[in-house]
Amino acid sequence: MNYYGIKAIYKFEIARFFRTLFQSFVSPVIATSLYFVVFGAAIGSRIQEVDGVSYGSFIVPGLIMLTVITQSISNGSFGIFFPKFIGTIYELLSAPVNFFEIVLGYVGAAATKSLFIGLVILGTSTLFVEFNVIYPGLMILFLILTCVSFALLGFILGIWAKNFEQLQLVPLLIVTPMVFLGGSFYSISMLSPFWQTVSLFNPVVYLISGFRWCFFGISDVSITTSLLAVFSFMTLCLAIIAWIFKSGWQLRT
Amino acid sequence: MQDFLTIDALSKYYANGFEALKSINLRVKESEILALLGPNGAGKTTLISTICGISKFTSGKITLAGHDIIKNYRAARKMIGMVPQELSLESFETVMNTLRFSRGLFGKAPNDSYLEELLEQLSLLDKRNSQILELSGGMKRRLSIAKALSHEPQLLFLDEPTAGVDVELRKDMWLLVRHLRNEGVTVILTTHYIEEAEEIADRVGIIDKGQLLLVEEKESLMQRLGQKQLTIELQNRLEELPTKLSDYDIVLAADRQSLNYTYNMRSGRTGINQILSSLTQSGIIIKDLQTKQSSLEDIFMSLVNETAK
Repeated sequence: MNYYGIKAIYKFEIARFFRTLFQSFVSPVIATSLYFVVFGAAIGSRIQEVDGVSYGSFIVPGLIMLTVITQSISNGSFGIFFPKFIGTIYELLSAPVNFFEIVLGYVGAAATKSLFIGLVILGTSTLFVEFNVIYPGLMILFLILTCVSFALLGFILGIWAKNFEQLQLVPLLIVTPMVFLGGSFYSISMLSPFWQTVSLFNPVVYLISGFRWCFFGISDVSITTSLLAVFSFMTLCLAIIAWIFKSGWQLRT
Repeated sequence: MQDFLTIDALSKYYANGFEALKSINLRVKESEILALLGPNGAGKTTLISTICGISKFTSGKITLAGHDIIKNYRAARKMIGMVPQELSLESFETVMNTLRFSRGLFGKAPNDSYLEELLEQLSLLDKRNSQILELSGGMKRRLSIAKALSHEPQLLFLDEPTAGVDVELRKDMWLLVRHLRNEGVTVILTTHYIEEAEEIADRVGIIDKGQLLLVEEKESLMQRLGQKQLTIELQNRLEELPTKLSDYDIVLAADRQSLNYTYNMRSGRTGINQILSSLTQSGIIIKDLQTKQSSLEDIFMSLVNETAK
């Protein structure tokens, strides 16, 4: 293992995060705070409890997931897209590092950033609503797994994207709707049976459901199914990245 | 001396059938400077990108100090430093941090004093905490070199190091290359300037249309590259050459109105004086004179033809 190589990539990426602290950190916090003001305080007080949890508290896990998923994808994709875009990727391709080390460095840094943001939002939400986390250990594990999986997805996007437009397109057209319709703001059980079945094809449902279970002990699907879903998704992304580096797709001519 | 870099039957085809490299064989010894000379699009960059692992190849084998660059890529790549033609640097990063990154990426333990020494050598030490976007073009180019040297490589690739560079920086670059060679680093550089190859290389390889036409000691190649042709137009038709001129490589043209003389600028005496005075002595009247230097293209053409024979 080239530990110095992993560390170099990781440190370099984290340094980028601190250089752009305002945009990478302050903006998601402000956005989430606004959600809490609108859905938690203003509208939420008029919505009845969901499975015995006040609506304001109910949306906390969903909001954290919403931010963490979008952040992981954007961090993961930008980290590898940027060197490709400005040409510094030559150094990475000629370095004695294998795909797994590159992924550990880039995806590790991207996941760290979004985990940090997720925790800050968790902290912020305590200012607006009251809630307890029943399984804090499992909650953190779930959060980490989500950060890593979506940073991996972002990494694939970053390699695939040929320009900034494509880089924005997939998150905008696919991921944001998936997260919004994945139960961030509602329980799947509130839907009609047809849409409940449709929702089960949305992988994000399993994430939000599992994450919410760690908070309140309530969920749409079982926690085991949720964990299995995250692991399968992560494995799939890793397999795709392994193939990308083996074949050189979009990287080596 | 042992062969440091060996390339055997290296070929590269693109999916559209374009042959970027055609069965290249090359041996490079330790601490020598090899210049790859060729016109734009000849395959120089492709060849070095392939050795560095940036580009894939279709068939063949490359080893560096005995390590296969595919099977044993870690050992091989650790020894290689590469300065690309295009300056690609992270604008917002500081000089020192980008060097730390490069060194780490190539698996070396941090060593700031070495990196500072390197910056000193490249007259960049006072810029170590500056952001890269504050540097001038010449400084950025030197920084690219510092990055390539940050992990103490034994083989350095310089892709067109002096393209678009002013005279002073070009001379600095040449000094640096010699200095590196003296420290035991093997340097392979690409260029399309004959003068550059002449100035610093020990051996010169000529590459065109993906083929390595020849690799020769610089001295003998320069001898060949220094050929010029003198055309002497005559006032009157000449039936045959004066005997005095039979010692020279001189040909009477088919129209018997001009003489063609091939000579070498690099040999001490060109023989032009003697030829002209012999002609005058023989009463031949000269109408006009014209000299023509073989262009790089001519040289390529003649080399291709030679190889074809």
